[in-house]
Amino acid sequence: MIKKAFWGVSAPLIHYEMLPVHLPQTEKIPAPGHITLLHPKNDDLSVPSAWGIGDAVKTGEKLSLYPDQNDYVISPVTGKISSLSPYIGNYAKSYTAISIQPGGSEIIDDTFQKQMNSPTLELLCDYLKSAPGNPPLSLLADSNGRIKTIVIRGLDPDPMVATSQYIAQSRMKELEGGIRILKEVSGVQDIILITAGESVQGYGHIGARVKNVKAIYPAALPHMVMKDVLGQVVPAGKTCQDLGVCFFTAEAVISIGSAFASGQIPTSKLLTFIQKDGTPHMVETDIGTPIGDILEAFNETVNEFDRIILGGPMTGSAVYALENPVQPDTDSIIVVDRDKAAYVSDYPCINCGECVRICPAKIQVNMLVRFLEANQYEAAADSYDLYSCIECGLCSYVCVSKIPIFQYIKLAKYELERAKTPEAADA
Amino acid sequence: MLEKRDILEQQISLGQKKLIVSHAPFYHSGSRVTERSYHTMLALLPALLMGFYQYGIPAFGVVCLSVSTAIFWELLINLVTRRKITIGDGNAALLGLLFAMLIPATMPWWAVITGTFIVIVIGKQIFGGIGSNAFHPVALAVAMMMVSWKALFDFDAALLNYDLEFATIYPLAAVKYFGAASADAFSLTGLLMGRQLGGIGSTFGLGLLIGGIYLMLRGFIRWEISLTFLAGIYFAAFLFNLFDPTRFAPPAFHLLTGYTLIGAFFLATEDSSSPVNFIPMLIYGAAGGIMTVLIRNIGAWVDGVILAILVINLVSPLLDKIRPQALGKVM
Repeated sequence: MIKKAFWGVSAPLIHYEMLPVHLPQTEKIPAPGHITLLHPKNDDLSVPSAWGIGDAVKTGEKLSLYPDQNDYVISPVTGKISSLSPYIGNYAKSYTAISIQPGGSEIIDDTFQKQMNSPTLELLCDYLKSAPGNPPLSLLADSNGRIKTIVIRGLDPDPMVATSQYIAQSRMKELEGGIRILKEVSGVQDIILITAGESVQGYGHIGARVKNVKAIYPAALPHMVMKDVLGQVVPAGKTCQDLGVCFFTAEAVISIGSAFASGQIPTSKLLTFIQKDGTPHMVETDIGTPIGDILEAFNETVNEFDRIILGGPMTGSAVYALENPVQPDTDSIIVVDRDKAAYVSDYPCINCGECVRICPAKIQVNMLVRFLEANQYEAAADSYDLYSCIECGLCSYVCVSKIPIFQYIKLAKYELERAKTPEAADA
Repeated sequence: MLEKRDILEQQISLGQKKLIVSHAPFYHSGSRVTERSYHTMLALLPALLMGFYQYGIPAFGVVCLSVSTAIFWELLINLVTRRKITIGDGNAALLGLLFAMLIPATMPWWAVITGTFIVIVIGKQIFGGIGSNAFHPVALAVAMMMVSWKALFDFDAALLNYDLEFATIYPLAAVKYFGAASADAFSLTGLLMGRQLGGIGSTFGLGLLIGGIYLMLRGFIRWEISLTFLAGIYFAAFLFNLFDPTRFAPPAFHLLTGYTLIGAFFLATEDSSSPVNFIPMLIYGAAGGIMTVLIRNIGAWVDGVILAILVINLVSPLLDKIRPQALGKVM
């Protein structure tokens, strides 16, 4: 657990995990008993799906359930679909969970291989959207050339997580290939690779500008990269895409590179797994592997009321079941013992100002939280810069009263967004 | 909705272990309200022990009564308003201790109980409890007591029967009524070592300095406020002294007498009633210091720290309007 220093004159610093020069070995998880893939689904969609229970799938086959929707998942194994069930993710996002029972000798789907000779953005969108790292390809395709810069994250935005860093340093050749293809299909010439520490050497012919950021959280969050590296401040309420910048993780670029190098859509995911006692592991596993299988492989026992976190400790999300699968964007799994996890309290704000001093967006968090506690979301947005928040979670981290400030902020944004939708539909 | 519940039931029926789901972040720096209260009390200890040494058992009695009744009032309000019991956070005990350290050792019992009533009930709980008080509860209580029972805060009269080995005269009163020359009776080292009349725990300058520096280094109080408060006092007293050295005492004298040090480190820095931004904190502290000297030198009261702190508490929300522009703010 990251603790503040004994001395407290300045705000506490949270350092990013820096990998040693000799990278640790990846540990491969044995093939899971079954695979669960989360297929995105529009809420109002009730069209019968194109796939049914009992259908055979091939390794690397594209499963697109709803014909009038562009989403799909790629099967990492050969086998049969054993169940299709609804699944509700964070912020009430709907999915269909596809369970696949692996079986039979492996057959590799070659639809992609047949078309890969002339890479286009459409082809990438058609096959690589749910590849490891979730390349934001539809964002590129929908932007109509507004995207002028692609930023590749060779440093994970969260502390303790080292997945992107590991990939950027260990698979440079595929990274180079991915960058070349990205440039070719998107027409974007300005590609920036974000690193930290002393890892700049060795990226000589990678085809991207290499930029170093401070190895201190939250320097690798998109808004901070925009400000510190690109010198552009994202206006409140706008996104990085609005300014023509698109963020890829290193893994996403490598997925593209290795897909074209091997002719197979990659389906194995690299992630940082941190045990209860803090031991980190670099784990390679199929997308769709239940988290429970990974825990089992490391003999990690989970007790009642422990927490399992997908993503980093500052911005990740906790899951409620060991059945939850590894998804293309699951960069880390952290197991936190019930005694070590942070609890929130209903204590009032004592106005100590720690949050104000640590906020990288210079928001008056002490005032903001008073409005949010009273459900005054509009006033919070108008007078106290709700939309300037870059969602780093540092305010909650330092809060003396342990107020769930970050949660209040996300809730406020969600509620305001929800209020906006019926208005727009009404007009 | 039904769909969601079905899934949940399905998950539970699978006999899985229940995990806790919470929002990010999943780690916390570990700071707590309780920690702040107890460390502030720890920082008060050196000055408090000196008070016990000088004034003996009566001082001990006053401190015990004050701390215990402060906790009692807090508990009573918790029960009456049916809110969560908050005496565990140590804030009530801290306020009781601070109050006791500002009053003379001979304060009658009923006055101590009345004082802690004002501290906890009127100063803190009426506003909504911890974090909601506009004024420092102890400063408010001392001010109300000073106005209501002026004689109780006349340190010369209150401590008349003590036989101490230094000039038994309240330094600020001496300077106010007999001119700056009476400041010569006090050496700066003597003042620093607590050889002066005053509240139980407010005279031992060195002890308060050690406590204050400890709190500043640990980040429990803000150095911006304390240091500018002291700088404000020094600067204003220096100007007065320059203008008329026979009437106004030298600045160093003002720094070490009355409630100056306890005010700078323990009263002005209270979280709820002080600003949080950098420039406002500087203005807040400096204004408090200057105001203190104005009241001491040309006001009606002997010591101005308490009243000055109430005034800066009052303007603190306004000062906090001076704030940095948020990232990407659309004007």
